Amino acid sequence: MSRRGEGGVPVPLLVPALLGIAFLVLPLLGLVIRAPWSSIGPQLAQQEVGQALRLSLFSATVATVVSLLLGVPIAWVLARSRIRGRSVLRALVTVPLVLPPVVGGVALFLVIGRQGILGRPLYEHLGVSIPFTTTAVVIAETFVAMPFLVISVEGALRAADARFEDAAATLGADRWTTFRRVTLPLVAPGVAAGAVLCWARALGEFGATITFAGNFPGTTQTMPLAVYLALQRDPEAAIVLSLVLLAVSLGTLLLLRDRWLGRSAVV
Amino acid sequence: MTLAAHVVVQRGALHLDVDLTVADGEVLAVLGPNGAGKSTLLRVLAGLLPPDGGRVALDGDTVWDDGRDHVPAHERSLGMVFQDHLLFPHLSVTENVAFGLRTRGVRRAPARAAAEEWLARVHLAGLGDRRPGELSGGQAQRAALARALVVDPRLLLLDEPLSALDARTRLTVRAELRRHLAEFAGSAVLVSHDPVDAMALADRVVVVEDGRVVQTGTPAEVARRPRTDYVARLVGLVLLPGTGAGTTVRLDGGGVVSVGGEATGPVFVAVRPASVSLYLERPAGSPRNVWPARLAAATPHGSVVRCDLAGEVPLTADVTATSFAELGLVPGAPVWASVKAADVTVYTR
Repeated sequence: MSRRGEGGVPVPLLVPALLGIAFLVLPLLGLVIRAPWSSIGPQLAQQEVGQALRLSLFSATVATVVSLLLGVPIAWVLARSRIRGRSVLRALVTVPLVLPPVVGGVALFLVIGRQGILGRPLYEHLGVSIPFTTTAVVIAETFVAMPFLVISVEGALRAADARFEDAAATLGADRWTTFRRVTLPLVAPGVAAGAVLCWARALGEFGATITFAGNFPGTTQTMPLAVYLALQRDPEAAIVLSLVLLAVSLGTLLLLRDRWLGRSAVV
Repeated sequence: MTLAAHVVVQRGALHLDVDLTVADGEVLAVLGPNGAGKSTLLRVLAGLLPPDGGRVALDGDTVWDDGRDHVPAHERSLGMVFQDHLLFPHLSVTENVAFGLRTRGVRRAPARAAAEEWLARVHLAGLGDRRPGELSGGQAQRAALARALVVDPRLLLLDEPLSALDARTRLTVRAELRRHLAEFAGSAVLVSHDPVDAMALADRVVVVEDGRVVQTGTPAEVARRPRTDYVARLVGLVLLPGTGAGTTVRLDGGGVVSVGGEATGPVFVAVRPASVSLYLERPAGSPRNVWPARLAAATPHGSVVRCDLAGEVPLTADVTATSFAELGLVPGAPVWASVKAADVTVYTR
């Protein structure tokens, strides 16, 4: 049988596609179906839930801002500059994409932990200790999430017509002015898409956070950590927390898609 | 305000080595086939591409000298118009035109006022609030011209400014461009592969082939006396090199042509295809230039049929569609080609 479906999708593509969609959507449906809807109100009213949610939103947002401030320049250097060793640089910068987050957490410990290469002088001279603080959460999330932003902004820069930058130069704009007034507005959809990806990744960060920042309610216990912990003592609470996380992620994605990403969305 | 440049660029198969000067108020057209290095030359003049050697000076100020001096594009006093306008899509038309003033420190209000004034000069008054995407091709190119001229640059560079436009728009934009170039006080360099642009807009033409200048002169000189096959084809002539002896020229490719004037030594013979007649039988009577040939190819060309002939003298003949039909010519058919001596131009090589 080689009947084609309504949308003209060939069967060998249609069947795996449907299977794949089911695979991706069913777990989310399961979450919704098994949710203890009657006790959801009291569950959400718990102080720890609010704390974890606020901390998650705050630290993911700060991590995204930091990633924008550092990651967009990295992307520009990778896409536009003519410095040597750019491919090595790109590989290094994107290692956290493939690195298990736990390993990232360990690595952060070795560098800015209290006994770390940078962390020790920081603690001995300034009395600053980073691990197990909210700052540590932001650092862990930035480490894991920034490469997503760098990759998508670099892609947007490469796709943008560099001749607009030539035109700006002939109009008296130096490279910094050109970047601010021409390049950045041209790749704004790509930057927005990268920021959303980065934020979502930071929101879901677990491994590096629990390794480097620990699991202290109020200061370092983000939603994913709370979910994991709750699963061990109170599965119902874990489901509720997961639902909240799902709703926040989905809501943000839909909102940003309509508001900023528009038709040129890359996500 | 003078541009004096010697530009050397070695890039892959392209070896560009061009000398040129453009005087105050002069428009120089750089004419040449695709890949001749015209756009590369323009990018060097703009400061967007560092050349491999040479010197570029504007009004006596060196802006490039073998790597010792290099003034980057944004510090040069220039305006550039690109083939596909390159108006910034995220800015309004007015903001686009004001861009060069804003980067040079002019405040927002006066910059906008100057931009609006220039938009009126290019007949785009009232369209300033639109985005470039909402303009037609001709309007966008006029806005790009305003954007380049609003800063009153010393050097104006035009890179194929009309070739992205459709035939009718091209006509009106060309006329307008001509008017603005006439008013422009600085030096202007126009790059084109369309001889009509060069003839209509330039005071002087430089023909570049394979990275070298092969001919320079006024548009009329170049059109009348082309020195390479490329230029001859552009201006619609057949060019035959030969050696003159009195009123006859012995062609390098073989054959003898009687010409309208006296000629000695190495010369070019130029024949207009319209002055070549075709016959099935050898014509009797006045024409002294009669050669047997075969029809190699025939292509419609406006109201005539352009016939490329193969034979001792490789001519091209334009015959009317009617006579082409009457002759009943097919490719490979033997014909006689003739041209009057008075219709053959001759000039020294």
